[in-house]
Amino acid sequence: MASTQEIQAGLAEILEEVAGVTPADATPEKSFTEDLDVDSLSMVEIATAVEDKFGVAIPDDQLANIKTVGDAISFIESNQ
Amino acid sequence: MTTLKLDQGAPGARILGFGSYRPRRRVTNDELAQRMETNDEWIQARVGIAERRWAEPDETLVEMSVAAGGKALAASGLDAGDIDLVLLATTSPPKAIPGLAPRIAHQLGVPRPGAFDVNAGCAGWCYALSAASDAIRSGTARNALVIGGERLTDYTNLDDRATAVIFADGAGAAVVTASDEPAIGPAVWGSDGDLHEAIAIPPDETGMSMAGQAVYRWATTKLTDTLVEAMRRAGVGPEDIDVFAPHQANLRIIELMAKRLKLPERTVIARDIVRSGNTSSASVPLALAALLESGEARSGDLALLLGYGAGLTFAGQVVVLP
Repeated sequence: MASTQEIQAGLAEILEEVAGVTPADATPEKSFTEDLDVDSLSMVEIATAVEDKFGVAIPDDQLANIKTVGDAISFIESNQ
Repeated sequence: MTTLKLDQGAPGARILGFGSYRPRRRVTNDELAQRMETNDEWIQARVGIAERRWAEPDETLVEMSVAAGGKALAASGLDAGDIDLVLLATTSPPKAIPGLAPRIAHQLGVPRPGAFDVNAGCAGWCYALSAASDAIRSGTARNALVIGGERLTDYTNLDDRATAVIFADGAGAAVVTASDEPAIGPAVWGSDGDLHEAIAIPPDETGMSMAGQAVYRWATTKLTDTLVEAMRRAGVGPEDIDVFAPHQANLRIIELMAKRLKLPERTVIARDIVRSGNTSSASVPLALAALLESGEARSGDLALLLGYGAGLTFAGQVVVLP
């Protein structure tokens, strides 16, 4: 099981790869759409990358509830 | 038990020529921004479309299909009388009855061909190309005209910013003939019917709706395997592909697929969506016709094709361009 820190680092890598977000900016309080300029289709790419990296599937209906980096970290933590 | 006799088919099939019809009316993103809450930057970032063509009343599905089919016939060097199979891939006929392929054939002067419509969503033209190739290989047809034609605007709420910016109209066609050397590879086709609601006209509505995220996820995760399998079954690899022409649904899906397939730098990638929008069954032949016209693709090039859409359906195949 990945630690919170490992999940945050892994998510930052994914955000950089998918949406060109600087890793230092990927902090838990940031909103994907408001702060990091990640659109709905990039969210899908992040979800599939999360599944590849952490083995945690995020279905579309759950994806709608993930607004911040912190939401994503919690979701991965509680579903891994 | 009596053993039935079968026809002698051809060793392979190949495409002889393409034709296309693009509606006269060009609709820019700025024009749409005047009708609804949207803008050029948003549309280009999400789907990669700069403009699209919307058919006017006289540009009916039959007229556009006849125009594209006629050009494909002229490019092929065959006469209408040589054609014995006419297929129309479409998802947007004005009425369910009758199918339009017989009428299109009649208007083109094709005498009494086998003729039927194919509704396999945006994968329709690739399905029809496979059906034509298989008919020629089994001997039930000698020369086929395979048309993809759509008036998606008839089934789009043109005030809905989620779909009106995407869907468009047009027709593309190819003539397919018997060949000693196979130049149309095996279709890798299939469907995921559990996702039938993802692209559909909901009950009591007249316009299409699309679950954008679900379709995006499906296209970018499930279909790379289809393309890899289509190459494997045709006995080629990514390094052999000169042209990649997937269904023109979303520029981001096209770019992601190309990246995941590890196609070489030199591979020409069809990006006809930028000026044509999503024309469903017409998009693959429209894109190929445009690349051949501009000289970006050349005769003898190996092209990897993929159709996918409502159903959900998908079909990939490798072909040699005429």
